[in-house]
Amino acid sequence: MEMNQYLSMFIDESNDHLQSLNDNMMQLESNPEDISIVQVIFRSAHTLKGMSATMGFNDLASLTHQMENVLDLVRNNELKMNEFIFDTLFKSLDALENMVQDITQGGEGHADVTSIVEALQSIVRGDYGQAAAASVEPAAASNQNTTNGFRLDQYQYSVLEQSIQTGLTVFYLDVVIREDCVLKGVRAYMVFDALEQNGEVVKTNPSVQDIEQEKFDRSFSIYYISKIDQASLHQLISSISEIESVHILPVDNETLIHISQEDDEVNEATTQMQQAVQETAVTVDIPMTQPAAPASTPTPARTPSAGGNSSAQAASRTIRVDIDRLDVLMNLFSELLIDRVRLEQLASDLKSQDLTETVEHMARVSGDLQNIVLKLRMVPIDTVFNRFPRMIRDLAKSLDKKVDFVITGADTELDRTVIEEIGDPLVHLLRNAVDHGLESIADRVSAGKSDTGMLQLRAFHSGNHVFIEIEDDGQGINREKVLKIAIKNGVISSDEAKSMTDEQVYQLLFAAGFSTADKVSDISGRGVGLDVVKSKILSLGGNVSVDSNWGKGSKFSVQLPLTLSIISAMLVRVGDEKYALPLSSIVETVIIERKQIRHVHGTKMIDYRQSVIPIVSLAEIFDCPTADEEKESTEVVVIRKGDRLAAFMVDDFIGQSEIVLKSLGKYLTNIHGISGATILGDGQVALIIDPNALVK
Amino acid sequence: MAEEIKVIVFTLGTEEYGVEVDSVKTIERLVPITRVPKTFDFVKGVINLRGVVVPVIDLRGRFGLPEAAHTEHTRIIIVNVADMEVGFIVDTANDVIDLNTDLIESPPEVVGGVKAKYLRGVAKISNERLLIMLNLPEVLNKSEIIQLEEIGE
Repeated sequence: MEMNQYLSMFIDESNDHLQSLNDNMMQLESNPEDISIVQVIFRSAHTLKGMSATMGFNDLASLTHQMENVLDLVRNNELKMNEFIFDTLFKSLDALENMVQDITQGGEGHADVTSIVEALQSIVRGDYGQAAAASVEPAAASNQNTTNGFRLDQYQYSVLEQSIQTGLTVFYLDVVIREDCVLKGVRAYMVFDALEQNGEVVKTNPSVQDIEQEKFDRSFSIYYISKIDQASLHQLISSISEIESVHILPVDNETLIHISQEDDEVNEATTQMQQAVQETAVTVDIPMTQPAAPASTPTPARTPSAGGNSSAQAASRTIRVDIDRLDVLMNLFSELLIDRVRLEQLASDLKSQDLTETVEHMARVSGDLQNIVLKLRMVPIDTVFNRFPRMIRDLAKSLDKKVDFVITGADTELDRTVIEEIGDPLVHLLRNAVDHGLESIADRVSAGKSDTGMLQLRAFHSGNHVFIEIEDDGQGINREKVLKIAIKNGVISSDEAKSMTDEQVYQLLFAAGFSTADKVSDISGRGVGLDVVKSKILSLGGNVSVDSNWGKGSKFSVQLPLTLSIISAMLVRVGDEKYALPLSSIVETVIIERKQIRHVHGTKMIDYRQSVIPIVSLAEIFDCPTADEEKESTEVVVIRKGDRLAAFMVDDFIGQSEIVLKSLGKYLTNIHGISGATILGDGQVALIIDPNALVK
Repeated sequence: MAEEIKVIVFTLGTEEYGVEVDSVKTIERLVPITRVPKTFDFVKGVINLRGVVVPVIDLRGRFGLPEAAHTEHTRIIIVNVADMEVGFIVDTANDVIDLNTDLIESPPEVVGGVKAKYLRGVAKISNERLLIMLNLPEVLNKSEIIQLEEIGE
């Protein structure tokens, strides 16, 4: 079906809306009186409904519709939010997420949501177990009435109602065309054309299609949203020739209900699909017309929630780009760089002033371009963080703990590839913090702490790295308990235990098959987890450390490289070949005399700052055919892996440079000691050495 | 089931080989190759193909033929099979012909020292010319490489 081309857009946008629904629900939960948040939620739900109906995902649309009914009552102050409503709405969001997930995987988005729908309906009716406040009853009842009155017209009804509330004017128009008119369809089209320049046609009777095909007698009626007044609207339509009369009626909330009921029978002619299409058109239009409306509109949903405001703006300022295209752009750009180097060389050979100047300018421009291209791949870490508040809320609820979750530095940018991988490890660490770190309410109170636990998630830049810290003010790590279990599980011996520093003890948590939780829970404590977290982070070129204060809390700190695609590297020459060594693992470069190399038990070692470290020849490791062994002194690169040092003998240092990481392709995998390749300025390929693999 | 296919013809020594045009990405002149250590002898290294790093293998070495010095006719045929991009170093590559698939006969057990499973078949295109059609997925199958290495020794 031709809808397929919109499917990916639909999925992306649905996910955005679900995320914003989740975020705003969280906000609302902490601030249930703030009706402006409800407005934002309502708008998101509404757009989602429109989109899913247009795409034909009716289950999705009907569930959102039920949610909307509830939210509608809330925002009209006819219903107070309470825990049951929050839970039901969150459950609905989960169900919606599952449906969208299903659609993403090629399904139809069907799901059995009857229990949730019933719960939502019972909220609307006000009979969900709790004695509903008396004020809610009549409102709920009247709403019930209207829903019965025009079941098919519910979409338009809510659109119109919303427009009235946002300060736009809604009109009901009866247009009669003269009897002698030959081309009724054309006249009708002119009417619509004039109307659509000044507002939005919501609903017509008969349907737009029928009118276009002249399947109407002489008159038709229109529901119309606009910001122009009645007189100028009248003027506008009467100015079209062959219109006999136009009857305009401004619509407010009461008349809206009244008129709609009269129209009900005719409405059935219009199919649900058309409504949905029209309705999406309207929802798209409303945010655009809103700024034009006077600033004193009674529902300025945006001002109080600064977060919602900025995200709405951000949405209009970004586009989605396939990551593959960025990769292609990057490749093409590195091609350009190579040509630039070549041009610079030619210019200096030819000694032409004009050419040199042009090439210099080109060099500057391409430098700027390089920065932009590299930045394109950077994504704010918020894309990972934004799902955490909801997760922590659910966790805390299921564990019966109170958690104050604070995120800072969500705008910190990281390479897209790192972002994609870091989500799961962070989930693990956060779950651990809530489950094991924070104590139960009773324990906290008896320890003299506030009953609400503090959980902080921080991200910040430092040098070429991004740090993510997860800090809780819970019970901290019990050194003795960790050691006892480590000894029991045979990770360390009791002799070793005595001499271990705190940091070393905490690192034991990351050992495979280790868990200090007394009992296994659903959330964490199966002993698989922290070791997986650590290996994942290491594979990303990062590191994780723990700091803890018994009784006061603990802090997990994750260090990540800014990007995986560009690294600072030291270029070295071995024989005729050039290799790149990641700068992050280099400690220093030195020149030593060959006679300083000692042979210890068959291994070559050198003295290095009061310690003896192994030294290996890269030429030997890589079987370099042409290495100059004869020289008396040799250049050495000292590298670090964890707390171990080692030295690599090379023939020459070429210099430091930013290199673009490339894979060797699928055909060459797992080459020992090589982590990838890069293309140098002269177009040659240089291999990138993986020091971690060479140091045992 | 007769079907016309376009075939790129290249030579290794005196033999003529063919690969289908569909699986060939480009044909390149010899460019500087960066040696990759710790891999099979016939893997000559990697090249920079317009910003993408592509491994190249010497097809002579792959088939256990003696390797020849590179000349100005030496070409690298970049093939794309099962999402793998690999360059083949061949002696020459200078012809594209139309071939009727009916002409391809199943390979005899040994052709020019190349084991039969690397071949899709042999096509007789004239009385003098035999074209050996390669079975590319098998040529790039790495689990076979180890065994081949052992046989070569």
